[in-house]
Amino acid sequence: MSLVAARGLVKRFGDFTAVDGIDFEIYRGESFGFLGPNGAGKTSTMKMVSCISPPTEGTLLVLGQDPKTKGPQIRARLGLVPQEDSLELELSAMDNLMMYGRYFDLPRAEIKRRATELLEFTQLSERANDKADNFSGGMKRRLTIARSLISDPDLLILDEPTTGLDPQARHLVWERLYRLKSEGVTLVITTHYMDEAEQLCDRLVVMDRGKIVAEGAPQALIQQHSTREVLELRFAMNGHGPHAAAVADLADRVEELPDRLLLYVGDGDEALAAVHARGLAPQSALVRRSTLEDVFLRLTGRTLVD
Amino acid sequence: MTTEAAAATNATQVATTRPIQPTLGWAPWRRAFWYHATFWSRTWRGQVISSFLFPVLYLASMGLGVGKLVNHHSGGVSGVTYLEFVAPALLAMTGMQIASNESMWPILASFKWTRSYWTAVSTPITPRDLVIGKLSWVGVHVAMVGVIYTCVLEAFQTLLSPWALLLPLAGVLTGLAYAAPIAAFTATQENEKSFPVFYRFAIIPMFLFSGSFYPIAQLPTWLRTVVQFVPLYHGVAICRTLALGQGSLAATAYHAGVLLALATIGAWLCVRNFRKRLEA
Repeated sequence: MSLVAARGLVKRFGDFTAVDGIDFEIYRGESFGFLGPNGAGKTSTMKMVSCISPPTEGTLLVLGQDPKTKGPQIRARLGLVPQEDSLELELSAMDNLMMYGRYFDLPRAEIKRRATELLEFTQLSERANDKADNFSGGMKRRLTIARSLISDPDLLILDEPTTGLDPQARHLVWERLYRLKSEGVTLVITTHYMDEAEQLCDRLVVMDRGKIVAEGAPQALIQQHSTREVLELRFAMNGHGPHAAAVADLADRVEELPDRLLLYVGDGDEALAAVHARGLAPQSALVRRSTLEDVFLRLTGRTLVD
Repeated sequence: MTTEAAAATNATQVATTRPIQPTLGWAPWRRAFWYHATFWSRTWRGQVISSFLFPVLYLASMGLGVGKLVNHHSGGVSGVTYLEFVAPALLAMTGMQIASNESMWPILASFKWTRSYWTAVSTPITPRDLVIGKLSWVGVHVAMVGVIYTCVLEAFQTLLSPWALLLPLAGVLTGLAYAAPIAAFTATQENEKSFPVFYRFAIIPMFLFSGSFYPIAQLPTWLRTVVQFVPLYHGVAICRTLALGQGSLAATAYHAGVLLALATIGAWLCVRNFRKRLEA
């Protein structure tokens, strides 16, 4: 049975259509991602899935129930990590969890027990009695994750969980999410980081301008929409146009970005040798594997992070 | 062991091993109420001291300063001393003041800065629960301060009727008549720019022109008509009636009706605006 089922989901704000008729299903135990650039409609979708904002059109079932009539009942079984931190900065980490737990009508002793466990899990035990105001960005995010787990949710929804964090803090968050995933918690994640999507998601949809443009497992999407390897070339001169024409026949496809050329090829080293053989001298060259970024570029003609 | 006893043991075991699930519980709004009470409880000591100090200073200055002057020249107001006349207005004024303070910056903060309303609506709490929780907290807050003020008023021997026991309630009613409409307005605001303006051009004039310091009979006729639309005027009138034991039941019912209507319409608008904003 699917935990979330959406058919023809639409969200409009006045004349602006944020989500433009999308279908998806999320199953128990999987980690499902919404990948797309800022403004693709991910957060609007998350707000509908978390039963805060009602869909303008379409049908949505969360945990088998209709958010229109069973909002509070469904939300009692969801955990939400919003994009913007919304901790009570005046309260300690522990009191933040106590306060949130009471919204779910859990007994105090039970909240206390879970909060202690969750602070342990998010590596915040030593700071349990510190005001959240004194926490770093990464610690605040971990506390928000701890908070979202206080109700022992059936479905954990994370909206851009690592946006704005430094690399070390990101990895710590990923590691914790990975552990939740391995414990069988169903995760729904939105992100505009392709590495985040590749690391955490079993299955994902790629969103652009309110629509779903592709759906599948990260590796399957890469295989389906991109080549095995990518050769990145940077030339000294401004404008890569003439160079693009010169190497066009060496690759399945050539993408011209403002600062570099991307050659989609099966074997990057072989293609680089061919480029050199033509007497072309790129300032730098890099061979790498295809990523979801390339899939997105292929499908929309634009990069994920502007 | 009998079968029943075994079944009972089994039942206990099941009950202790079953994980505790979140529930909706009774009256979810009470948890939004506790949210405010928790924050208040962290600073209540300072607030209690100022709650005693302010009315003492106010009554001392009004009674000993202005009061002496008034009593000397006209022998009191409406048959009572100036202090007895002006003291009960304190309850209504404080109701207005607490309510308007609680309904501007803190509500905007919960929408925009701490985002605590967004946090709450991601749990079983609904926007309606938030409104009821907030307004009931304002009511309790005004009531607590009102009880202290009533004690101070009694200490100054300004209360002439046992009806004065209801003074805190009159303060609460006045407070809600302000809190609900102001909160409904705040829920539509994106920044705090309008708040100081509202204070300067609405709250302060109401404070000065609603019969707190002199009977409105002193005002020109057109202004007396305007004052009818000021909630504080109705609050002050009720408080004075209760404290002095004069005034008709019909007039008091009318004043209370106006305040109740404002609070009810305000609360309705509040729920509408909170939902509009949080469920967008």
